[in-house]
Amino acid sequence: MSAWTIGYAVLLYVAFTVLVGGVVYKIGIYAMTPAPLRIPTMPAPRTRSGVAMRLGREVALFASLFRGDKWAWIWSYLFHVSLLLVLIQHLRYVLVPVPQWLVFESPFGSYAAFVLLISLAGLLGRRLMIARVRFVTAPSDYLILVLLLLIAATGALMRFVDRANIVGFKAFIQGVMALHLEPLPLSPLILVHVASVAGLMVIFPFSKLLHAPGVFFSPTRNQVDSSRLEAQGAGDASAADVSAQPQAHAPAMREGAR
Amino acid sequence: MSDIEVPVLQDYVPTPELKPGAMSHLKPFKASPEHQAALGFPGTLVDDWQEVAIRRLGELVDGSRALRVYLDSCVKCGACTDKCHYFLGTGDPRNMPVARQDLLRKVYRRYYTWAGRWFPWLVGATDLTEEVLDSWYSYYHQCSQCRRCSVFCPFGIDTAEISMAAREILDSVGVGQKYCNEILGKVHKIGNNLGLPEPALRNTLEGLEEDVKDATGVDVRFPVDVVGAEVLLITPSADFFAEPHIDGLIGYAKVFHQAGISWTLSSQASEAANFAMFIGSREQMQKVAQRVRDAAIALKVKRIVVGECGHAWRVAYAFWSTLIGPLDFLDPRYPRPQHICEVTEGLIARGALKLDMSANDDKVVTFHDSCNVARATRMGDRPGGQFTVPRSVIRSVCAHFVDMDPATIGDRTFCCGGGGGLLTDDLMELRVKGALPRMQALNAVVQDNKVTHMAAICAICKTQFSKVLPSYGLPREMVISVHQLVGDAIVLGAKD
Repeated sequence: MSAWTIGYAVLLYVAFTVLVGGVVYKIGIYAMTPAPLRIPTMPAPRTRSGVAMRLGREVALFASLFRGDKWAWIWSYLFHVSLLLVLIQHLRYVLVPVPQWLVFESPFGSYAAFVLLISLAGLLGRRLMIARVRFVTAPSDYLILVLLLLIAATGALMRFVDRANIVGFKAFIQGVMALHLEPLPLSPLILVHVASVAGLMVIFPFSKLLHAPGVFFSPTRNQVDSSRLEAQGAGDASAADVSAQPQAHAPAMREGAR
Repeated sequence: MSDIEVPVLQDYVPTPELKPGAMSHLKPFKASPEHQAALGFPGTLVDDWQEVAIRRLGELVDGSRALRVYLDSCVKCGACTDKCHYFLGTGDPRNMPVARQDLLRKVYRRYYTWAGRWFPWLVGATDLTEEVLDSWYSYYHQCSQCRRCSVFCPFGIDTAEISMAAREILDSVGVGQKYCNEILGKVHKIGNNLGLPEPALRNTLEGLEEDVKDATGVDVRFPVDVVGAEVLLITPSADFFAEPHIDGLIGYAKVFHQAGISWTLSSQASEAANFAMFIGSREQMQKVAQRVRDAAIALKVKRIVVGECGHAWRVAYAFWSTLIGPLDFLDPRYPRPQHICEVTEGLIARGALKLDMSANDDKVVTFHDSCNVARATRMGDRPGGQFTVPRSVIRSVCAHFVDMDPATIGDRTFCCGGGGGLLTDDLMELRVKGALPRMQALNAVVQDNKVTHMAAICAICKTQFSKVLPSYGLPREMVISVHQLVGDAIVLGAKD
């Protein structure tokens, strides 16, 4: 067993632990921090299912970003979708046997690498070229993009130019998962690719990448518009309007305790 | 105001070139030790201010999921950078919402995150120096907490939450803002922002009764402290004598009078405004709000109706249930609390008011959505009622209504430039420049649609516009209360 194999196996164990442990810890902190005041950005849904729809639009379509900045939306949407396709394709290293749907997804996952590269270049380009964005950029913002570019470039090279030893690498991953190490195929591309992925996993819970769990805990997006006691009877409103209303409920503190 | 460089109105608001430091000179007057002491804050900068500030920051983050998630989640995408009226009006990059947040975020990262503790240079974390504290005082008092940026943020990051936290930290180390803190002191001591004592209030209201009697020949009452009234009206004290607010108050009184609803003001809670929201102090906000609950119980009213005031409606609609709620002792047939526009709209809908639209035939009216009403509350039953209810009221009393550019109304409305505790003369340069996007949109409908008046439902908006309209070559009388339009159109006594 080479030192490379042992070293990279340890690296993956550490990275996985930090990623999962760190994100779970952060989610726990978010969930336990009280949100006593109601601050949904209005107009907000009046039911929990409405809120689920709102969050769904944010997560699946980046609805607010679309309203805010079309170019940022295009680059980041392409980036996230292509990253998702590429990640799904990587399940073939984990799943035995490779399921049929994953075989079908494979070409999409492969060619998504080009979209991934282009969108990352777009994100980096606008960060460098738009003075307003450059002003608020810290070195870490560039570093994360460079890391992702490195991951995408080495991955695409191994898929389309210098074919990697996929069988050997799958055996290595399976070995890591089974705590029974198999040799890591030694190629500079594999070493760089895996090391930078591990690096990204490690910085995830310590960086702005926390936006991924964060969006679900954002009070302006996940709170129901139910903070006042609504009319129970006729009042000044017409009877038809009143009967169509959802039940008013005493709110706020309960939400905070959750 | 002559030394302020007023932006030129164009066909659209261009995104300005960055002018770093353009507004760093601007700082509101600091609260005196007496103003600070009245609110329980240290009078002057405390000796161990750095320690106190960092500790307070930690406490605030521990107590607010919003703050914690927002300080972690920003990816610096830039979607918010061209959304703030103060950035559009000044070009100072620290007035871009993300840059404003970063003033606090970089300190949070330094002391409360692993990355900032070990690699500050990498993640843009900095020590809390006197210079940083100074920049907080300057730039967190250049945020009107209007939340326009949060609409466009992919994570809903709310700069208002961060600016409120920053002001709370500043107060905790003894650096308060004079305007807000002095006013809060008056609320506690006298009962309203203007420091109008009860005899003066009664006197003013009696004068109003005479004015309305002279103008209409009808005895419209402006009651105070009437036990057993149906409605307690909570309205900003500016309504008692500021122009154009007072014509709105006359409008409410005519609505109640004509609908036969008994109502009262409270001398104890003669103020709807709750400036504690602006300084981010939940404790102060609770104390100010408690007056309303106490007054409602003491006066044995069945309903609480809130007058035309943007942030007051936010506090009432969104925060009262947490602070002083639930208001379950009130009549459940009505929303608790209810906005005056909801009352009027309902009465109009069931034909309880006789209206003569021709009274407003000399006007072409547009409507300014106030930021807190638009993005933090609702009216009526449906999401978006905060936009449709006031417009429906205006259309019922005025034949000529035109909306401004859709990108500047509804939930994308621009702040008047004076909200969030910035309505003070020492920030006049900011107020004039920050009004640019609204002035731009207003000027467009003035040119294209011959708009003569802009109606508003917020005391701060009305005062701010009266002040800055002339800077842009528009008459100050353009801004009016929605309930002035209503009051002018009501045919008094017609039902009798």
